[in-house]
Amino acid sequence: MTDSVRSTHTLSVLVENSPGVLARVSSLFSRRAYNIDSLAVGPTEDERYSRMTIVVNVEEHGLAQVIQQLDKLINVISITELNPVSSVQRELLLVKVSTDANTRSQVLETVQLFRAKVVDVAQDAVTIEATGNAEKIQALLRVLEPYGIKELVQSGLVAMSRGLKPGSPKN
Amino acid sequence: MSKEKMTGAQALVKSLEHAGVDVMFGIPGGAILPAYDPIFDSPIRHILVRHEQGAGHAATGYAQASGRVGVCIATSGPGATNLVTPLADAQMDSVPMVAITGQVSSDAIGTDAFQEADIRGITMPITKHSFLVTDPSEIARAVAEAFHIASTGRPGAVLVDVAKDALQKLTDFDYPTKIDLKGYKPVYEAETSALRDAAALIAQSTSPVLYVGGGAIKSAAHKELLKLAELTGAPVVTTLMARGAFPDSHPSHLGMPGMHGTVAAVTALQKSDLLITLGARFDDRVTGKLSTFAPHAKVIHADIDPAEISKNKHADVALIGDLRLTIDALIPEIKAAFKKSQPDLTAWWNQLNSWRAKFPLGYDQPSDGSLSPQYVIERLGKISGPETIFAAGVGQHQMWASQFISYEHPRTWLNSGGLGTMGYAVPAAMGAKVGAPDKTVWAIDGDGCFQMTNQELVTCALNNIPIKIAIINNESLGMVRQWQTLFYNERFSNTDLHSKRIPDFAKLGEAMGCVGLSCERPEDVDATIEKAMSINDQPVVVDFRVHRDAMVWPMVAAGASNDDIVVARSLAPVWDSQEL
Repeated sequence: MTDSVRSTHTLSVLVENSPGVLARVSSLFSRRAYNIDSLAVGPTEDERYSRMTIVVNVEEHGLAQVIQQLDKLINVISITELNPVSSVQRELLLVKVSTDANTRSQVLETVQLFRAKVVDVAQDAVTIEATGNAEKIQALLRVLEPYGIKELVQSGLVAMSRGLKPGSPKN
Repeated sequence: MSKEKMTGAQALVKSLEHAGVDVMFGIPGGAILPAYDPIFDSPIRHILVRHEQGAGHAATGYAQASGRVGVCIATSGPGATNLVTPLADAQMDSVPMVAITGQVSSDAIGTDAFQEADIRGITMPITKHSFLVTDPSEIARAVAEAFHIASTGRPGAVLVDVAKDALQKLTDFDYPTKIDLKGYKPVYEAETSALRDAAALIAQSTSPVLYVGGGAIKSAAHKELLKLAELTGAPVVTTLMARGAFPDSHPSHLGMPGMHGTVAAVTALQKSDLLITLGARFDDRVTGKLSTFAPHAKVIHADIDPAEISKNKHADVALIGDLRLTIDALIPEIKAAFKKSQPDLTAWWNQLNSWRAKFPLGYDQPSDGSLSPQYVIERLGKISGPETIFAAGVGQHQMWASQFISYEHPRTWLNSGGLGTMGYAVPAAMGAKVGAPDKTVWAIDGDGCFQMTNQELVTCALNNIPIKIAIINNESLGMVRQWQTLFYNERFSNTDLHSKRIPDFAKLGEAMGCVGLSCERPEDVDATIEKAMSINDQPVVVDFRVHRDAMVWPMVAAGASNDDIVVARSLAPVWDSQEL
């Protein structure tokens, strides 16, 4: 088991919208020593439920354990693993980049190339908003880095399967 | 059901009555005080303990002995935190338990109020589920759901924390008759195709072992297990949590596997080609070094908890469901498979019987004529008999009580297996006696364990709960001392309790309203036990003053392979302390 390869997996977890649920889920990951890359949680189309998108970094055997252990939580309604090919996966990035009169236009060009947006401009910096999958966000950051990244904030990944809706409440 | 107006406190107590509670163990305090007023009038028997930990373990003992949900109740803050150990203990051993705690008023939650502790948060990782109720109209549902969750699927511990103002406010009482939790749907019946696959493996196996865990007792599968054992002819091993699930007197029983298991049981698992795992969880104390555990065996794993499947050891066939139903459904599949071919287990049994004959459980009598702890425990089992309930603490005496007493029935052996909670025995025995008042209940305790929770003997004396305590007094933390002997060059750091000097356990027992006896000569053991057995209107404390250097054998060192089982110290290989 120890020699198997780790990989990231995206889980879409439908949970009851009640106090303490986030704590239960994060406490489970912590006490069972599961690696969590990101966790995003928000309301759904039904106010009784919230949906968490959790990116875990585990080996194949570990993934089944993560799913089974999550499923044991009473407040967890359903868990779906989202395949990157058959799902839409997005992250939101806000990044403040140093600019001066010389570099501003180059930065703005990069923003356009990546179909990102400038949401704030100051004397010595611009703040950029971008959404996309992890690869796109990483690529954008690589290009912006030489200009000087002053501050950066990223949402966790949110994801949804293409086509049929996954993770509806158990009847 | 028509709705009735009442306080949250009345609704709480009424809900407990609806849930079928006949007894609860607890201590009142500020935040839970509103609930204690209706408890005063309730038909539920409330047993006032001396420490909340005692209430928790008593609830566990009650549940273990009776099969019903054990209930304990405490106030907020320290009352609730004192329940943390018993909650973790019950959860680890899958014991159905509901703990009710008072919480500070909802407007004070989060302000570090007097006696405030976030007990729901604290207990999240150590319970099956936990509730915080701040609205009186939700009390009945929370209680109903708590009992449902605690007692169904894989049983466990559930906490219901109720804010004081929710207990004081008025509400309409409406106890739900139907529980529907969207996120909780235990599966009870194993899939037919998996049953067939399991039967096919069994029909091919020439060296199978029925590896039986505590789930066999939880699901009351003992009769079905006996049928399965007799149908397959396979040897049976019962883990520490499963002692009594299969009669020790049955010729197919090889005893307990694991760190202090019999050579036959441990080696059978190692050499087996098929583990038929029944409500067991491949705990490290059973498997030893996991990578070398049962290397040739395919694994059938029957468990009600899907998360146990392939958690520690890969399962070739998973039978997810209630164990009693699973075995019941498996038997006809095996019969059908055996019609085509039934394996010959003669060679396997020859091997097993030779291990059994060569390495029986045993112990040496101390050469100085002092009392052997194993002898005391063996005589307790013989004299008190197989109808007795034994509750053990944790340590050497626990292992000897598992090894040297013959268990014939389920729910006659109670102990803290998963968490290994010293101090479990006295309160658990108290709870067991309340849950099974017609049974003789013996706590077999160590002198270390006994000094952690003995105050509940006061509770027993005052509430007519006549349990019997056998203190196996070797004046040390014996199991730790054993490890110091074996792995730390006999440097006995902080394991000497001096308990043959202080306290005087017989006098301590007398002071708590019990009959106190003591015994230090082998020739007095039977008479002392018989005297204790003759007293049934009072708890009895017997101080058995035993030889301190006795050790538990066989032993597989922590982290070592089961292949390296050691039968006795003289047969030990060179020990590497890094393996601990």
